[in-house]
Amino acid sequence: MAASPSNRPIGWEGAVHDWSADKESFHAVPWGKAMMWIFLLSDTFIFTSFLVGYMTVRMAATDPWPIASDVFALTLFGHHVPLILIAIMTFVLITSSGTMALAVNYGYRRDKERTFWLMTATAILGATFVGMQVFEWSKLIAEGVRPWSNPMGAAQFGSSFFMITGFHGLHVSIGVLYLLIVAFRVRRGDYDRKGFEIVEIAGLYWHFVDLVWVFIFAFFYLW
Amino acid sequence: MSDSHAAPAAAGTEQQQHPLGIYFRIWVLLFVLSALSYAVDYYQFQGYLRWSLIIIFMLLKAGFITAIFMHMWWERMALAAAILLPPLCLLVLIGIMAIEGDFTFAMRDIWLGQEVGREPNPPAHMLDGH
Repeated sequence: MAASPSNRPIGWEGAVHDWSADKESFHAVPWGKAMMWIFLLSDTFIFTSFLVGYMTVRMAATDPWPIASDVFALTLFGHHVPLILIAIMTFVLITSSGTMALAVNYGYRRDKERTFWLMTATAILGATFVGMQVFEWSKLIAEGVRPWSNPMGAAQFGSSFFMITGFHGLHVSIGVLYLLIVAFRVRRGDYDRKGFEIVEIAGLYWHFVDLVWVFIFAFFYLW
Repeated sequence: MSDSHAAPAAAGTEQQQHPLGIYFRIWVLLFVLSALSYAVDYYQFQGYLRWSLIIIFMLLKAGFITAIFMHMWWERMALAAAILLPPLCLLVLIGIMAIEGDFTFAMRDIWLGQEVGREPNPPAHMLDGH
């Protein structure tokens, strides 16, 4: 049953074929990439548990839930702009996903210089995101928001906010370090012989961080 | 999956190499979808319109990131199924916890009924007028 790559079935027939084989199931997938996907799957469960916990306490709260649109508003040039900081953070993170996607592409073209700079740009945008998050946290803490209480309403707002955005911010921070390490190793030539799959693997992690933010943005800030 | 890209996957290439244009197009699309999500809040749409728009934009963004940026569209079904199907269990968790949250709220409403239905206080930066 040793099907050569060219006559391997695709689609669902391919899924059954691959899983019923007695060796590797993931053809054309480097093991590091498969492991990263499985890690991201487990991370999906962690973040979903956090968001479901947030949903549960918010549904059960009898105190009024603070209005995110007002809590995260900024006054710019004398105008009160709702949620503007979060919108900017969202655009920064999407931009970083774009530069990361390009880095993966140039990595496979073995253009080490462009890959290095695009990954560095991604890391800088990620660090900018974390910096804005620090600003946001400081502002909320200065206004009396704590994990156990806040002046606006339901106490569960603070605990959900600090836990969910804190855990996401930790992911971004680790991602920045990870990207910088891989970028320097790319430039030093560590992957010249074994290939540049590592850039795609790091990219998967980074896109996942962006993906989680999409859900946090929708459920925590817009809901 | 899609015909135009089936050839490299079937040929067993080890790399995810695609034209740059598709990344730029998805990038712009994600910007537009984010701007639309923000507009939902900025123009204060409320009710079912708000929730359906937020969910639609969210799912579109998540789908494009996973399919194109993370290359899931071009992966073989064995990997896509192994990664994308297990999270569906989470729908069960969401369902039972929604019932649980509703029940807790009902109990609190019975015992703390006079507390329910107040408006939240405005945040400090909206009070002192700067």
